[in-house]
Amino acid sequence: MPKVNRRDFMRLMGLGTIGGAVFMSSGASAMPGKKETGDFYFLQLTDTHWGFSDPKVNPDFKGTLLKAVRQVNALKLQPDFIMFTGDLTHTTEDAAERKRRLLEFREVIKHLKVKRLMFIPGEHDASLDNGAVFKEVFGPTHYSFEHRGVHFLALDNVSDPSGSLGEAQLNWLGGELKKLDADARIVVFTHRPLFDLYPQWEWATPDGAKALELLAPFNNVTVFYGHIHQINAHVTGRIQHFSSKGLMYPLPAPGSQPKRAPVPWNPAIPYRGMGFRQVQTDLKDGEYVITETPLHRG
Amino acid sequence: MRRLTKVVGAALLAVLIGAGQQGMGAQGAERTVRIVAKKFEYQPNLIKLKRGEPVVLQFVSADRLHGFSCPGLNIRATIEPGKATTVRVVPDKVGVFPFHCDLFCGEGHDEMTGNIAVSDEP
Repeated sequence: MPKVNRRDFMRLMGLGTIGGAVFMSSGASAMPGKKETGDFYFLQLTDTHWGFSDPKVNPDFKGTLLKAVRQVNALKLQPDFIMFTGDLTHTTEDAAERKRRLLEFREVIKHLKVKRLMFIPGEHDASLDNGAVFKEVFGPTHYSFEHRGVHFLALDNVSDPSGSLGEAQLNWLGGELKKLDADARIVVFTHRPLFDLYPQWEWATPDGAKALELLAPFNNVTVFYGHIHQINAHVTGRIQHFSSKGLMYPLPAPGSQPKRAPVPWNPAIPYRGMGFRQVQTDLKDGEYVITETPLHRG
Repeated sequence: MRRLTKVVGAALLAVLIGAGQQGMGAQGAERTVRIVAKKFEYQPNLIKLKRGEPVVLQFVSADRLHGFSCPGLNIRATIEPGKATTVRVVPDKVGVFPFHCDLFCGEGHDEMTGNIAVSDEP
């Protein structure tokens, strides 16, 4: 299981041993006066595309999610919570079918041992009806919560089919951030990247720069996102951005081919490019230890 | 009143006929290229332009909301059903510039792509 820690991340980003890559600062880990602090870990699962049905891309389209559920359940130490960062289902223009897929997805993940589950939508779940059915099944599409001294912000950059956050949500984000001090540990979840990774493939958020501007004054911000079905690490200012592998099919590297299309299934290496992410806080060293877990082939 | 109705009707018909083909638009000598967006393609999906020649791109949707984004030429349009959206462009560089729908529109959204080819040929 490949791990990315601060040193790896700096090497990955070509930043060397000194530079702009900021994991949680050691100073922030003390957090005097805060209740329920201490190391924990959570999982990020993303892009499960329940309802996808092209066997050339994934012949196990009905079993892949359950396979991931079993693999998570087999973890010796269970995470504090799991965040699903969108595209829980594959798109359909039929609103009834969309709801059916979301409900089926919810039934499958009921088998998870971890009961604290959180969700944000992807464009496949929410763009065709501005998130209406998603909200009906899973509740709000953007929200915040706090866990052991870390502030989590879940953003919705898909309910608007342009992929924008919109002024109302940006105002809400600004209000949330006003409550925090500069050293607060902040984790942001989104579906699409907040920065311009590859706008030609809609791997961007049209007004993401406004969100990053609001986050810029803070010293410890990390963004975890999905959408691109592969691992990517990027830094904007002091903010780190990590995308995760998906759980239905991988996508090609940004701009590596004319069209964005799923990487076909390789029978010799089944489930290649699929997996999920474990994020462990390491308060002693003041960083997150990220473990990318591939989906087992067996 | 009847004559005025006829004149307006004839003018409207001329606009509708003009909208259905590539040709001189209402803005003097400028050529109009009509682009129809529908699930899940553009017609045409190859638009040939000449460098330095002003052109009016007229977008219409045959079904639902679509987008048009050509980052290489900095062209962006929202295409709403029942409404023609026009964008005037003067290409300043030669090359092939991909465009795509940037408003998620369904299962085949990823297929909604095309190219603008800009040449120096007369």
